[in-house]
Amino acid sequence: MGKKSIETFVGLFVLLGLVGLVFLALKAANLGTFASSGDTYALLAKFDNIGGLKVRAPVRSAGVTVGRVASITLDPKTYQGVVRLQVDKGVQFPADSSARILTSGLLGDQYVGIEAGGEEKSFAPGDTIKQTQSAVVLESLIGQFLFNKAADAGSAAPPAAAPAPAGGKK
Amino acid sequence: MSGLLAPIGRRTLEILRILGHHAFFFLELLRSSPAALRRPYLVVAQIHAIGNLSLVIIMASGLAVGFVLALQMYYALVTYGAAESLGLIVNLSLVRELGPVVTGLLFAGRAGTSLTAEIGLMKAGEQLAAMDMMAIDPRTRVLAPRFIGGIVSMPILAILFSTVGILGAYVVAVLLIGVDSGNFWSIMQTGVDVRRDVGNGIVKSMVFGVICTFVALYQGYETQATPEGVAHATTRTVVIASLGILAMDFILTAMMFSTP
Repeated sequence: MGKKSIETFVGLFVLLGLVGLVFLALKAANLGTFASSGDTYALLAKFDNIGGLKVRAPVRSAGVTVGRVASITLDPKTYQGVVRLQVDKGVQFPADSSARILTSGLLGDQYVGIEAGGEEKSFAPGDTIKQTQSAVVLESLIGQFLFNKAADAGSAAPPAAAPAPAGGKK
Repeated sequence: MSGLLAPIGRRTLEILRILGHHAFFFLELLRSSPAALRRPYLVVAQIHAIGNLSLVIIMASGLAVGFVLALQMYYALVTYGAAESLGLIVNLSLVRELGPVVTGLLFAGRAGTSLTAEIGLMKAGEQLAAMDMMAIDPRTRVLAPRFIGGIVSMPILAILFSTVGILGAYVVAVLLIGVDSGNFWSIMQTGVDVRRDVGNGIVKSMVFGVICTFVALYQGYETQATPEGVAHATTRTVVIASLGILAMDFILTAMMFSTP
């Protein structure tokens, strides 16, 4: 095999490698869907409990992905979780919009849902979303449910016990 | 007492000597590599011998691994109603682990052995000594182009292994089994990070390329100049390179992916 054809084959080999890399980056990973920081702006949201929210989780409004979670830190003064969102520049939210941490499906990943408000003024980059609702923690939900049950049973018991001597109640 | 201690000390010194020998050989290779780049055709010819000619076995293995991984994962995942996550699982396991490791093992078997045998025979035929006599440094002329060729070829082969594997999984999952195509790709795209998963996988394959090529060249260069010596050196190349890749993979995985 001549020098020229070996060089051609090696060129083809390297080119094939580059095509594979582009495929892995664009089609099989998130480079294509992950908007660069140039066309996004930052919003902050403080939550009492972020649950299992992770960095890079999607930010959705009406189910449509409009951004991603950039970072999660703890506010050392209020002990709230500060979630930094990177939202697409093309999407502006009214300044009284609210943020919630939701779960996709029963066992799915958690994401931040933004519900648009009615105010005419929009958030400026770097603003903090005031109205937030924390993630639903299953343990506390069950605890609350049991507590309510017990409270119901407790408040229902005295009236049920009072007429009991008079005739009973099945 | 000294009869008991002397073997231990002798063995320790022996191990240290071998390690030092390896380290010096590695430094020599690094030192002579820039000089080899001045004659790029030598490197290109080696990329052809090491990379191009390994392409068929690497891509065939990648396709087979992708097929089988998709089939097996489907039976496990469909029980939990999560068959759409198949693409994500196949992609992560290929890009992070199987791509670099299996490519590295195949590379040791396909390219490493041929490097060792070639250089071993050169040494047995006293070609290396002849070069030295003509004031041509055999490290720069023979070893360094192969070293660079191996380091360049290995990541490309690993990328192609993963790519073909993912396409194979697509064929089985979407075309044969009937998993939804949109979900297959979109779950994959949300779950795989370019820098963390793909980037670290490429770094891994580069490290494996260095290990494989270095072991092959060392064994070939230091072989006993007899037919048995070359045979043993070739065997040792496969064994040492494979074990080195597996051990290094554990260390790299612990360093790269230990935090969620």
